[in-house]
Amino acid sequence: MLKDVTLGQYFPGNTIVHRLDPRSKLILVVLYIAGLFQASGWISYAAVTAVTALCMILSHIKPKNIFKGLKPMLFIIVLTALLNMFYTSGREIIPGWHMTWEGLARSVQMILRIVLLITGTFLLTYTTSPIALTDGLEMLLGPLKKIKVPVHEMTIMMSMALRFIPTLIEETDKIMSAQKARGADFETGRLTERARALLPILVPLFVSAFRRADELAVAMESRCYHGGEGRTRMKVLRFAARDWIALALGALFLAGMIVMKRYGI
Amino acid sequence: MSEIRVEKLRHVYSAGTPFEKVAIEDVSLTIPQGQLVGIIGHTGSGKSTFIQHLNALLQPTEGKVFCGGEDVNASKFTRRDVKWKVGIVFQYPEYQLFEETVYRDIAFGPKNMKLSEQEIDERVREAAHFAGVDEELFERSPLELSGGQKRRIAVAGVIALRPGVLILDEPTAGLDPAGCRRILDNICEYHRQSGSTVIIVSHNMDDTARIAERIIAFDHGRVAMDGTPEQIFSEPEKLEAMGLDVPKSTSLAMALKAEGLPLEGSIYTHAQLLDAILRVKEAAPC
Repeated sequence: MLKDVTLGQYFPGNTIVHRLDPRSKLILVVLYIAGLFQASGWISYAAVTAVTALCMILSHIKPKNIFKGLKPMLFIIVLTALLNMFYTSGREIIPGWHMTWEGLARSVQMILRIVLLITGTFLLTYTTSPIALTDGLEMLLGPLKKIKVPVHEMTIMMSMALRFIPTLIEETDKIMSAQKARGADFETGRLTERARALLPILVPLFVSAFRRADELAVAMESRCYHGGEGRTRMKVLRFAARDWIALALGALFLAGMIVMKRYGI
Repeated sequence: MSEIRVEKLRHVYSAGTPFEKVAIEDVSLTIPQGQLVGIIGHTGSGKSTFIQHLNALLQPTEGKVFCGGEDVNASKFTRRDVKWKVGIVFQYPEYQLFEETVYRDIAFGPKNMKLSEQEIDERVREAAHFAGVDEELFERSPLELSGGQKRRIAVAGVIALRPGVLILDEPTAGLDPAGCRRILDNICEYHRQSGSTVIIVSHNMDDTARIAERIIAFDHGRVAMDGTPEQIFSEPEKLEAMGLDVPKSTSLAMALKAEGLPLEGSIYTHAQLLDAILRVKEAAPC
């Protein structure tokens, strides 16, 4: 039941998108989002959609997986669409109702914008392993170390958190089974009762999370981990020709979107 | 009465997804009231999935599970009631302790049954006695006790439900030899005194051979062998093919026989091995 959660899930593969340096993918996502927010007319939306579709095809990510990830956002998407539909002034579709043609157009664009935004970021997490992602992030944020931002510590915490999500989910499942076997009831009762019923899960979960953290700390120290100072990598990230080309295309995309915004299309 | 009957049980995990996995295939068996059963099988053979069907924590994909003649999945209520009849102690149960005191943790199950204070108290003391938990520990926090003590408290927490069937998944995993022996002795004692059915899932052939009346071996989600310890351990090749060992005394007896020592009878416990060797010695004094 809990195992269905897809959070930052990575689909291993060997496409051109998978092979791109995580740093260039991170920059590309930023360029993509910046470009997406320039879109104002239908032609520019069509352009972003086409670019997104092309990236999906290149990365062999099935639309099914994207839709699965969109599901939790459905409520926000529908709400935004409805609000835009009813709160935009203009020509009314049915006289007397507050629904306007302009509103309809706006809400379609808003839906597109949210869906494309999520799809773009999903393409990043679907094609980049969490470790590569945090490595890339650490190197991109590297200059911040000069102003004493603990970049290495932040990124290693991030990768550990990602690493332990499945473990903790499994643990929760186990504890729930065990407490259910002793007759714990999580499904019925008033809200306060149900909140109290979570205690038998939360307490052991926290205990085990702390135990794991302790064990991990000891394991890291016994392998001489001492923070980011002077730490080298087994796999050094290197920009290849494809990264420069991808970045150039990304910049071109953003420039194109800005031009299109100028002309209002 | 809590006779367990399983008919053509099949369980598929994540059906309809790429991660689909058949965990149990066509399992039918009956466990009469009061039997002490050992379930063996290597990791991933389906034994843990199987036991979770017996108290309706998992619902079968196909097939039926009966407890005391009643289909446990008939309704929401039977699914709940069967949890009182069939108690499961999971692997590493000490990680599930959560209450502030040992007493309250053992009382968690009976409290969920909505029993009176007096009855709860009675059950907690009885369960603590069976599981070998000292009453002096009752007011301590379970988190500050040793691994073996925690394990016994968790076992007591399930025994306090007074289940007609007690299932233990790897009850000795990760305990030192003395702790193992103590917990198994407690379980045997509980079986003798309460007349409950006890099912022990284990990797450890020596323990299983010593205490079980009947052994069921799982392999690839099916029941591969089912019989008395004599029957099961007389086919070591078959066990080895499933990735399982024979008890140490059996392999020692086999080695001695191969060296020409005429040991007789089936041997799967230390006592039997000792007996057989003594008999040979008496027959041929040197």
